[in-house]
This record gives sequence, structure tokens and C-alpha cells, in this order.
Amino acid sequence: MTTATRGEPSPIPTPRPQAVLTPLDTGSEALWAYDPAPERIRPEISPTYGLFIAGRFAPSASGATMPTINPATDETICQVAQGDQADVDRAVQAARDALPAWSALPGKERAKYLFRIARRIQERARELAVLETIDGGKPIRESRDIDIPLAAAHFFYHAGWCDKLRYAFAGREPTPVGVCGQIIPWNFPLLMSAWKLAPALACGNTAVLKPAETTPLTALRLGEICKEVGLPDGVVNIVTGAGETGAALVNHPGVDKIAFTGSTEVGKRIAKAVAGTRKKLTLELGGKSPNIIFEDASIDQAIEGIVQGIYFNQGHVCCAGSRLFVQESVLGDVVARLERRLASLRVGDPLDKNTDVGAINSKAQLETIEHYLQAGRSEGATLHEVNTSTLPSAGSWCRPCFFTGVQPSQTIARDEIFGPVLAVMSFRTPDEAISRANNSPYGLAAGVWTDKGSKIFEIASRLKAGVVWLNTYNKFDPASPFGGFKESGFGREGGMHGLRAYVNL
Amino acid sequence: MTDRLSVTKTYKLLIGGKFPRSESGRVTPVGDGPGAYVCHASRKDLRDAVEAARAAQPAWAGATSFLRGQILYRLGEMMEGKRDELAAALTASDASGEVAHSIDRVLHYAGWCDKYPQVLGCANPVSGPYHNFTVPEPVGVVGVICPDEPSLLGLVSLVAPVIAGGSSCVVLASETSPIAPCVLAEALATSDLPAGVVNILTGFRDELAPHFSSHSEIDAIHAGGLNEDQSRVLREGAAENLKRVTIREDLDWTDDGACEDPWWIEPFLEMKTIWHPSAT
Repeated sequence: MTTATRGEPSPIPTPRPQAVLTPLDTGSEALWAYDPAPERIRPEISPTYGLFIAGRFAPSASGATMPTINPATDETICQVAQGDQADVDRAVQAARDALPAWSALPGKERAKYLFRIARRIQERARELAVLETIDGGKPIRESRDIDIPLAAAHFFYHAGWCDKLRYAFAGREPTPVGVCGQIIPWNFPLLMSAWKLAPALACGNTAVLKPAETTPLTALRLGEICKEVGLPDGVVNIVTGAGETGAALVNHPGVDKIAFTGSTEVGKRIAKAVAGTRKKLTLELGGKSPNIIFEDASIDQAIEGIVQGIYFNQGHVCCAGSRLFVQESVLGDVVARLERRLASLRVGDPLDKNTDVGAINSKAQLETIEHYLQAGRSEGATLHEVNTSTLPSAGSWCRPCFFTGVQPSQTIARDEIFGPVLAVMSFRTPDEAISRANNSPYGLAAGVWTDKGSKIFEIASRLKAGVVWLNTYNKFDPASPFGGFKESGFGREGGMHGLRAYVNL
Repeated sequence: MTDRLSVTKTYKLLIGGKFPRSESGRVTPVGDGPGAYVCHASRKDLRDAVEAARAAQPAWAGATSFLRGQILYRLGEMMEGKRDELAAALTASDASGEVAHSIDRVLHYAGWCDKYPQVLGCANPVSGPYHNFTVPEPVGVVGVICPDEPSLLGLVSLVAPVIAGGSSCVVLASETSPIAPCVLAEALATSDLPAGVVNILTGFRDELAPHFSSHSEIDAIHAGGLNEDQSRVLREGAAENLKRVTIREDLDWTDDGACEDPWWIEPFLEMKTIWHPSAT
């Protein structure tokens, strides 16, 4: 998903395999010395942003604010209101008040609001893309080509469902759940807002959205868009803040449903917190997804798939293909080609259109990643640091890298790192690949690379994962359900199956 | 002619296709007289049953849908042959009606085995040159906690959709009326259903339910007849490994409209979405 979605083979040209692979002379500046191509649009940013409640932006009740920081420069972009219990109370009340009229609106009319939101996202796409990149550190190429278009497409797709819900649930009459509390992560801020709000609204619910602490700006712009398109007040409310704000939302008695995307640890806490209530719950949590390369795969395409799988969005992807299993006979070849490809990735200014890997989202996340790099080394794995991009002096950065000689019991093979760090392991037989791939409490996604059709479908059916990418990786679409098995959570987002979380049957 | 002294019976557990007594050695008399006893299962019995269910699940899931349907139908046949015995074991006023209803429910779900993937799965029209489709897969091992009444129809309604969907299960039968479930176990064991796909325990709900919820090899829970406190404890424990929990409440178990459709199977399925490029 690092490039335009035109399909396979990947549009990124790779050198034809040579008889003997020699490492690229990565020190040669001449080879890769593109001129910088920075995105020059600068969206207007106010010094402070309030909470979006009942159709109005207003400061938090306590007046507290928090800074949001550009992780590529360490500069404070602006201040954002920090919501607490009183603000969550107000937001939930606004959503409750808006619920009867919104859910009673004919589907055809609800749809028009969603269509309008989709259009406004498209029309403000440049601004949103730049803002996403400034606030979160992801390369402008990704926010421009993936995050923002997919967010618009998500509203467009769900707009069409508004008056067709009864066809999605054979034999049942779906009714809205009520007020939805939705908590989203910092890795795809606007896209996750769309994944949460679009199906909720389409099914006749109202919502209180809690964006991530480090990336609130595009969600707040979405609040502006809701206002612009005339969405009735209180149908969408946005309360920025940190973990306590989210906890207040989870525990609020006026909320009928919680949808959470984030870590498995927090997901379990939420599941426990709502255990004694009538709240419905869907969770989209962590992963340690396997990407399996067979000897009969198209290796060049597989290399691109590995890179898209783990280095997309700095590896801040819950479904990242972070465990690579390579059939033993091609292990040396794959590692050599991966090193060559990694050396060619450009790490740096996220606003530069040539950048492949942007800034790590926050200092705290960089510390987490560095902790895992240290764990990998100290537990005996071999770290391959072949990327030599010159890093900016300020900001949080981690060059893409991978470990070989990884044992399944090692920390880097078990824990979700959420960074551009890959653990490479080998296998001999398909059965071994499957059992090792499934040997994880997670079950979000998986990748399989082989040109043998019968083998690929058999392996796809035996992998315990909610999304299985065959001869591709990290593809997303509003029509395609996404979500995990096992401790990667429950419920699906997107597609017909994603509607289930937002209706009572 | 002298009165013949009847042979008393101890109804045993069903674990992995065998009928063991509880490892705890505990048995409880049913009713007043020395007519019958049931085993009082322990946490260890639950663990053994989960192990049997786990071992049986992949082959059951891997059986063709047609075969699963045939086997469920065969279960209906075996129950039909035990109608009188099942009815005699029930205390309900319309015992034979409950038995008939239970058999019909099994047949209903037998028919779903090779159809729910068509109703609940789909092809997804993504924007790009990909085959993309979503298929339901069994969740794995399901813990089934039954209501006290109706002891047979409640159990059948909770178990049939689970096994129709390719999962295996460990069942905690009615605490107050466990005999009919025990008779059903004897039908199950002779119905071509592979050993371990359905395991039945008798015992005390308050003692065993928390162990169901905390067992990390149980993937989902299907329960009925719980009070609020039991529901909360179950959900709290289930949060540990994120079990999928479905608790049936305020249900008329005889209402076919409420108890028979693919949305009863759906909570025990995982939707898997598969992408593959389409190119020459």
C-alpha cells in the first residue's frame, strides 16, 4: 500500500535479479541524490482548538489544553483542548439528544449527509493530507494517496448503505444501537475516524469520537466538515484528550456501544470495564502478523510485499507483516535482496514527496522501538542496519531494519513493536510455516507468497487471521472487511460485515 | 411374583466420546429416591473436556459442510429413537412436546451447515484488480452454559448452531434437570458425531462458570439462563483472552422465529477476508 493501488506487479521498479547480488554502494550520494520535493501547501492552523460538541467548538470545561507536536521537528503545532469527565458528559448528552431525530431520518436523507462529507473530504484533500503528515509524521505520499482518499471513499461507500441496511442482514430488521463511543489510535488519524464514524452514522447512530492524544488535528477538521455540510448538531461529537478521556467515555452510562482501536492491553481493560453493563463492544487490537514466502514465489514481487508489509507508515500499522517466514532454500536470496531494497528507501522529511519512511509518531513510541531493538540484540538476533539515510537533526526517527537469526521465543518475534522493525525466520515445510505463523495470541492479518494456486488457498484457509493477503500485502478498501481473530479483537470494520457492529438485530 | 428391584443408574459425563465419572469422585442423587445419580464435574473435568474439544475441532471444521449436515441429521434420527426416554427424563408439563421441538431444531441447523457460508459470506467489490472475498470460519472451542429450563431444548438450541458452524464445544448442562442432557449425551455418542465435538458436563453453574470464562483455550461462550451477576463474572473472565461472549436473555426457547436463523451461527464464526491480485 505504499504506492498507488494499481495492482501487481508492484509499480515500484526493482532491478532485475543478477547472477551475483552485490550490495549497493549506498554511500554514493550521486545514485540517490534527488532534489527535495517538499509539499508547499500549508493549511491554516489556529493556535488553539476546542472540543466539537453539539455542533460547536468550545474549550474544555476545565480550560485545560495539551500541545500537539510535529514529530519530524519536535515543534509544537498548536494547543488542543483536553477533555475530562464533564466534557464527555456534555458530548454524550449531545449525542443522546441528537439520536431520536437522526435515527428516525429516512435512510435516503441520512445518506446525503454522508455523501456530502465524502465530497468535502475530497475537496479538502490537500489540506487534510498535509495536516495529517505534520501532526503524525507519515510521508505525504501516503497521506495524500492512501489515508485521505480512503477516508473519503469510506464515507462514500457507507452513504450507500443508509437505505439498504435490511438487505445486509438476512431475515432480520436492523435497528440502531444508540450512542457510540469511539476511540481511535494515532497511526491513521483521519482514516480511523472515517472507519468509525461512517458505519455508525449510516446505521442511524450518533457518536462521540475520541481521537488519539498525539494526532487530533484531522479529526477536528472532520468536525469542521460536519458543520460545513450541515450535519445536525450532536450527531458527531469530538472530544480530544488522553487515556483518561477515553476511560471516561468507556465508563459513561449514557453510551450504548464502545468501538476501540488500539493496543490489546487496553482492549482487555475495556472489555473488563464494560463486562457488567449492557454496552456492545468491538475491538480492533494489536497484531504480530506473519508474512510467508515460499520458494516458488515471485521473489521480486515478494520483496516489494515485505517492504509494503512492514515499512508502510513507519511500521505503525496493526496488521504490519512483522514476522517474516522464508522457506529455507531461498532465505539467503531473500535476505540479500531485502538488504538492497532497504538501502534504497529514503527516510526523512515527511513533507517531501520522495520520502518513503517518515518520522516516528512520538518520542514515547521511539523509545518503545529502541527498547525492542535492544532486546533483539541482547537476546542474540542479528540486526541488519543497511539503510544509511541522513536523518534530520530534530524529530523522532528510526531507519528501517530487520533481524535475522530470530528464535520464536524471542521478544522481537512475539511482541508487537509498532515500528519499522522486521523479524526474519525460516521454515522448511508448509505445515511448519502454518503452525509457526499461527503460534501467536494475535490473529489480525497474514501474507502468503507462492505462484502455486492450490497451495496458496489451502494455506490461506489454515491461517488464523482475519485478513489474508495472497501475493500482496497491506491493501485496504471500504468494501473489504477488516478485523482480527483471537486476541487481535472482535468485530469487523468495512464492507457489509462492518455494519454488524452498529445495529441490533 | 416378587417385586423386581430396579437397577439404579449413575449418569456420567461425556468427554472425548467416552463416559467417565467425574475425576473428583463426586456424585449427586437426582430427586428423592435412589433412582439415579449424576456426576458433579470439577474444574479438572472441564480442562479434560476442553482438551478433547480442541483435539476434535480441526477435523470437524475440515469435514465437508455436506457431511456435517448429514451427521447433525443423524443426531436427529438418534434422538427420535430415544423420544420416550428423553421425555421421561424431563419434568416439563409438555415433555414430549419439548423433545419433538428439540429434534426439529437439530434438523433446522443440520440444514444450515452447507448454506450459512453463502448467506453470511460474500465477494467484495474492491477498487482494484483483486479477487476479494469474505468467508466464515469456525471460532474454535465454545463453552456452552445452559439454562436450567428447558433443560433439553435450551441445550440443543445453544449447541446446534455452534457445531453447525464447525466449532466444537464443552457444555455445562442444566443444574436442576440434568437427566435429559445425559440421555442426549448417549444419543450424541452414537450419532456419528466425532468424539470430542460435543462434551457434556453436569455440575454446579456457580462453581464451574468462572472456570469456563477464564480458560484460555475456550474461544467463545454461548450461554443462557444466567442472572446478572453470573453474566458479569463470565464477561469479566472472558476479557482475559477476549472470548466472544453471547448470552441469551429473556428468550422463549420454543419460538422458532427467535431461535432459528443464521444469526445464531454467526457469533461462533470468524470472518476471514482474502485478497488475491488478478493479472495475466
